[in-house]
Amino acid sequence: MTSRAMTLAGLFLLLLTPGTGGSQVPGTDGAGDHGGPHGLDGHGANATNKAFPVLSFDYKHVQMPFEISLWVLLASLMKLGFHLIPRLSSIVPESCLLIVVGLLVGGLIRVVGEDPPILGSQLFFLCLLPPIILDAGYFLPIRPFTENVGTILMFAVVGTLWNAFFVGGLLYGVCQLEGTHLGRVDLMACLLFGSIISAVDPVAVLAVFEEIHINELLHILVFGESLLNDAVTVVLYHLFEEFAAAGGVTIKDVFLGIVCFLVVALGGILVGAIYGVLAAFTSRFTSHTRVIEPLFVFLYSYMAYLSAEVFHLSGIMALIACGAVMRPYVEANISHKSHTTIKYFLKMWSSVSETLIFIFLGVSTVAGQHHWNWTFVICTVILCLVARVLGVVGLTFMINKFRIVKLTTKDQFIIAYGGLRGAIAFSLGYLLDKVHFPMRDMFLTAIITVIFFTVFVQGMTIRPLVDLLAVKKKQETKRSINEEIHTQFLDHLLTGIEDICGHYGHHHWKDKLNRFNKKYVKKCLIAGERSKEPQLIAFYHKMEMKQAIELVESGGGVKIPSAMPSTVSMQNIQPKKPTERALPQLSKSREEEIRKILRTNLQKTRQRLRSYNRHTLVADPYEDGWNDMFLKRRRVMELGKKISELNNYLTVPAPAPDSPTMARARLASEFQPLYIKPKSDSIPTIQVDLASPQSPDSVNMVDEFNKPSKPTEAEEEEGLMMKAPSSSADQKERKRDKEDGVEQQRLARCLSDPGPSAEDDEDEPFLP
Amino acid sequence: MGAFHSNPAEQTYRDLAEKTGFSVEQIWILHNRFKQLSHDEEMLRRDDFKAIPDLACNPIRSQIIEAFFDQRNFQTNSDGTAHEIGFEEFLTVMSYFRPPSLNMTQEEKEDLRRAKLRFLFNMHDTDNDGTITLEEYRHVVEELLSRSGAIGQETAKGITDAAMLEVASTSVGHMGPDDVYEGITFEHFLKILKGIEIESRMHIRFLNMDTTVLCK
Repeated sequence: MTSRAMTLAGLFLLLLTPGTGGSQVPGTDGAGDHGGPHGLDGHGANATNKAFPVLSFDYKHVQMPFEISLWVLLASLMKLGFHLIPRLSSIVPESCLLIVVGLLVGGLIRVVGEDPPILGSQLFFLCLLPPIILDAGYFLPIRPFTENVGTILMFAVVGTLWNAFFVGGLLYGVCQLEGTHLGRVDLMACLLFGSIISAVDPVAVLAVFEEIHINELLHILVFGESLLNDAVTVVLYHLFEEFAAAGGVTIKDVFLGIVCFLVVALGGILVGAIYGVLAAFTSRFTSHTRVIEPLFVFLYSYMAYLSAEVFHLSGIMALIACGAVMRPYVEANISHKSHTTIKYFLKMWSSVSETLIFIFLGVSTVAGQHHWNWTFVICTVILCLVARVLGVVGLTFMINKFRIVKLTTKDQFIIAYGGLRGAIAFSLGYLLDKVHFPMRDMFLTAIITVIFFTVFVQGMTIRPLVDLLAVKKKQETKRSINEEIHTQFLDHLLTGIEDICGHYGHHHWKDKLNRFNKKYVKKCLIAGERSKEPQLIAFYHKMEMKQAIELVESGGGVKIPSAMPSTVSMQNIQPKKPTERALPQLSKSREEEIRKILRTNLQKTRQRLRSYNRHTLVADPYEDGWNDMFLKRRRVMELGKKISELNNYLTVPAPAPDSPTMARARLASEFQPLYIKPKSDSIPTIQVDLASPQSPDSVNMVDEFNKPSKPTEAEEEEGLMMKAPSSSADQKERKRDKEDGVEQQRLARCLSDPGPSAEDDEDEPFLP
Repeated sequence: MGAFHSNPAEQTYRDLAEKTGFSVEQIWILHNRFKQLSHDEEMLRRDDFKAIPDLACNPIRSQIIEAFFDQRNFQTNSDGTAHEIGFEEFLTVMSYFRPPSLNMTQEEKEDLRRAKLRFLFNMHDTDNDGTITLEEYRHVVEELLSRSGAIGQETAKGITDAAMLEVASTSVGHMGPDDVYEGITFEHFLKILKGIEIESRMHIRFLNMDTTVLCK
């Protein structure tokens, strides 16, 4: 305490004498060495007045966070750099480039004389891996996954087991050969090594497959396999580790191993599902605290992962289960802003994680101690390849007996070739205890070689091979409403036929699960009215919104959205009415009327400007405008007949304001930038305010345009493009009259940033 | 399956197998089911279908039942509806749900696809005029949403309109303001459902139908 006081006193004194000083460490408790004596010296009888240190260098204080940030910054800059060189990123997959960068950085650090850091297992498993897996699990396409789950499980479980034993066993045989000097490596160690190296790595698979855009089936097969084989890997790893330490193995141990596998896998899924349900339930009550909604999603998922790891269950499976279970309910409950936040954050974290992992792999290669043994390494690589090919071919032969859509040879090749190894293998190898496994360095060298081989050679050549073999690529087409109707129709039809046959098949159980979900689960976990919305309607509303946004972006006016480049419109479909002749085009007077009506509408929906405050983020408009919405809807119904005259557009009843589809569609539309074009006076322009409805700026603007007008019956032109439901000023779509350039600029400024291209199929509901 | 004693039925089974493409075993299983549903009578009626408990909560139940009695699906070039059907007709309708076999040529796959889509088309086109009109399509969507209460009925109209518009746009392209799109013809129907792989999706696994399960 006294030294502190002395330091402060000394500082005051030294203020008077400028100059350079020694490094003072203000605030450190054990400052007896530094602060105190200096202060004392300065204050005391010392004649040499130490100048007050205007500038001091204190690195130790911030070393840890600083270095972490530096690494992350480096990773992000690298990522940036690669995409600025287009030719490079089309030839070499990103993962390879990042490993090379890692090698360079590691070499640099070595040259400088420091010890480059190794990818610690703690860091990897607890910090770097979860974001990637959560991102994969949360956005897992459920329908293709469940349709192929049998195949995926076969590959994941049986395939990995086969790989592990094949590689481990044959390596042991090789080690036993004379002349390899590998006699020390016993069977257990070999099998352990086999189990480490045999698992297909989700990070590497994601990194490579993302760029080649193969068709959904192959993608989900390889990717699903890489996710689900975690359970097998975990069990085998711990099993062989125990056995290697214990010495012998009995039948009982084998049996326990199998039981352990079931426990690990099912336990992991159970833990994940529990946390998922908890998260869904929590999200039901977050309507007043929207700001922290994304946090719940992340926290619950991370807790699921950690809880599973506590019991040595499969953390990856827990994470996947948690994300997949909570998603449909959480999405129905949270605001669209939170949804965007979750999406962006997950993508960001997983992207940075992935980059860091690959860079660290490169650095660790330079840093680690290696023990290169030609025989061992070469044999490992060859055996891995052979095992993979044999495994895939053999399994496909068996699986094809049960599949309707058989896997062709091309498919098998891609599946085999896509079995990449990655950082998980490295980390598991790194975890090995040096005492029990003296050959650890050799193992690590071999693992790194295999990783390099798969990532570089297979990663680089898979794209030209995919093109060469003309493998089917991902369909970029959007789902149409007709396809959706018929998909639903088919589901019910097939369920019905199964019931007639008396065959409790696939569709029957799926239907039962759906009904259970609708009847009980949704009521518990989804707040309010949204629990009742059927899926076809959800899809339809989403599609409407997207079309509306597209229409606006194409310049507005009386144009049909570019998605349907034809002159067909509603009047062609409606049977000819004997009475009033349909107007082919909006007449000028009509336009005036519309404009007038909308203006009066807008005036009635003023909203106070709310200041932005972390604690009072503007609430969801749905809650606010509920009553108004009802009134509006009734008026809208009354207007139905009148609108049908103006049948240039789809006649669309307003979707329920709190429907999750509105939220989802909003999300989809949010990413599309709004292009403002100068409008002529005559055409009523549709300007969509893509700023979030809650942004005060947008509201302000609306108020500014209100001109005093006759209070006509507040009518809304239902027929003229999809109108948003709620009455409050924060409607997403509205027809407004904007000739003023200033307003246009203002409008532009309050748009949310266009983000990465919205993916259409992410928002697929659970069990479609 | 176990050995079934040879009887004159076996010959009919073989004929049916040739005609519909099922294996004799599958036909035997289906025949058992048929007898169970019809309470050992020769012919099956609508009421027998309605008595199946699981079918009660299916929103398109009536349409499925009608499909069984629709003579267009019997491959006999007749139309209209029957009051009761025999086993052969039952089997014929069931044969629309067979999966494609592994060694099918592209042509055969295309034929299978057309046959299945024709079945679907017949289900929608209730008045048998060769087109699915707006009213008929609306009825389909309403049935699909029939379990969803009032919300379903309101939006059914909107959904149908959007769907028809889409078909018209993709099939016809350009229509003047006075033209009227009469309805979805079979060719248009084929076109809009190109995205769904019907031949692999519209099937029931007849592989392991256990007779014990059939007892209800």
